[in-house]
Amino acid sequence: MTSEIIRARGLTKRYADGKTVFSGIGLHVSPGQRVALIGSNGAGKSTLLKCLIGLLPLNDGEVSTLGENIGASASPRQLQRLRRRIGVVFQHHGLVARQSVLTNVVHGKLGLSGGWHAWHQCIARQEWRRDAQAALAQVGLDHKAGARADALSGGQAQRVAIARALVRKPQLLIADEPAASLDPASGRDVMALFSQLAKDSGITLICTTHDMDHALEFSDRIIALKSGSIFFDQPTRDVTRRHLQEVFHA
Amino acid sequence: MREASFLPSRITRLSPVTFALLVGAAALLIVSFQQVAPSPAQLAQGGPRMAELVGRMLPPNLEHGFLQRVFWRMIETFQIALVGTAIGVVVSLPIAWLSAKGISPAGISRHVFKMMVSLFRTVPDLVWALIFVASVGLGAVAGTMTIMVDTVGFCGRFFAEAMEDADKKPQEALFAIGASRFQVLCGAVLPDAMPSLINTTLFALEKSVRSSVVLGLVGAGGIGQELKVAFDLFQYKNASTIILVIFAIVLVMEFITDRLRARVQ
Repeated sequence: MTSEIIRARGLTKRYADGKTVFSGIGLHVSPGQRVALIGSNGAGKSTLLKCLIGLLPLNDGEVSTLGENIGASASPRQLQRLRRRIGVVFQHHGLVARQSVLTNVVHGKLGLSGGWHAWHQCIARQEWRRDAQAALAQVGLDHKAGARADALSGGQAQRVAIARALVRKPQLLIADEPAASLDPASGRDVMALFSQLAKDSGITLICTTHDMDHALEFSDRIIALKSGSIFFDQPTRDVTRRHLQEVFHA
Repeated sequence: MREASFLPSRITRLSPVTFALLVGAAALLIVSFQQVAPSPAQLAQGGPRMAELVGRMLPPNLEHGFLQRVFWRMIETFQIALVGTAIGVVVSLPIAWLSAKGISPAGISRHVFKMMVSLFRTVPDLVWALIFVASVGLGAVAGTMTIMVDTVGFCGRFFAEAMEDADKKPQEALFAIGASRFQVLCGAVLPDAMPSLINTTLFALEKSVRSSVVLGLVGAGGIGQELKVAFDLFQYKNASTIILVIFAIVLVMEFITDRLRARVQ
């Protein structure tokens, strides 16, 4: 396993209109850490997360994720190699509504070597179908494998999205506000599941959230962004509610 | 209640350019009416002639041998429509993908495919039929090729629009984990656009049946050829039988495709 999951230095991102989202950001993430990236709306946490995995290009700085250098001049091949080794869950589950839950989880194998036929469970390798069913069992939804994705509740759909990320057996799991579009109870369940699965499988988890309780309860390190730079970066046990409140207040 | 300081006018003031365009459009419409619309005198003269023609068409020819010939011609017409539509739909899918905005792997070259689809759509099917009759000869093959091109023009456009309208979130989720454009197409775009693709295909089939009926007028096979012969030889009773059969087939096709569309919804 890579000794360092993420090593970033001097990261700068500007929008097309010239507005700086963040600048001079540096961070290191070690294997197995569960990192909460917090900040108020517009602080740039989602943008930073996307830059760390090459979904958005950086304007300046160096970043190495899982040993792939994906700074301002990353090649498509490097990005492809990196994306094969990560799992991603967005705020919206992003499931294909008209497909079965099992097919949606099998989609997690797309992009992997030999994964061209993972676009539908009926033509996917038997081994991958089994992996998908096992991932569904991990999130407690194996009994829903044959249901259509649009028949699920918001919380269930997000669990399926987690299963889709897990089926890849990723080294790094990226979650962008996975609980933001759910009711408080479902949101908490999803975060607890995420955190537990990452802990049990030793997967590194980086999760953005603006929920202070989630950050305190489900991470072992909190990185706070404010005004385009890192406000603090501390182990969760050293972070108090007062610290967090300072992040969210001007 | 506080009194408002002013009341907006009922009609928004038009800019001089808009006003000039409106006047120009109205003038064009009036001139066109005078030049090509039927005059009351023409309608008065044409009415009795039409009635006389209808009289000569009745009763339709129900002779067994003729009906048998019409039946086989109608089967050929339906085959032209079916095969032409099937090939057209299969060809339309990759063309639509290559021309769809935001999905196409062709980048800026997608406009080439878009223009190709526009060309297929804007040239009328009878013109395509003349071209294919001249290149592959008289008969059903020319008709099938015409329907194929016509279907690519129709489906290519609407398939591309359906793909462009497909839900972006699953596509983003699959791109994020390294899926290729083709995998995203198969895994996320096509399943989401499927109801629309099926609807368009059914409309195309309905349209093809109607088109294939007239292709025979220029020698591209099917029942149209029989209709042309009937009119050329003043066999109006035969013509009315053919028209009734065409009407029945198109009606049955519309009924079937309506039912299928309802099921897809």
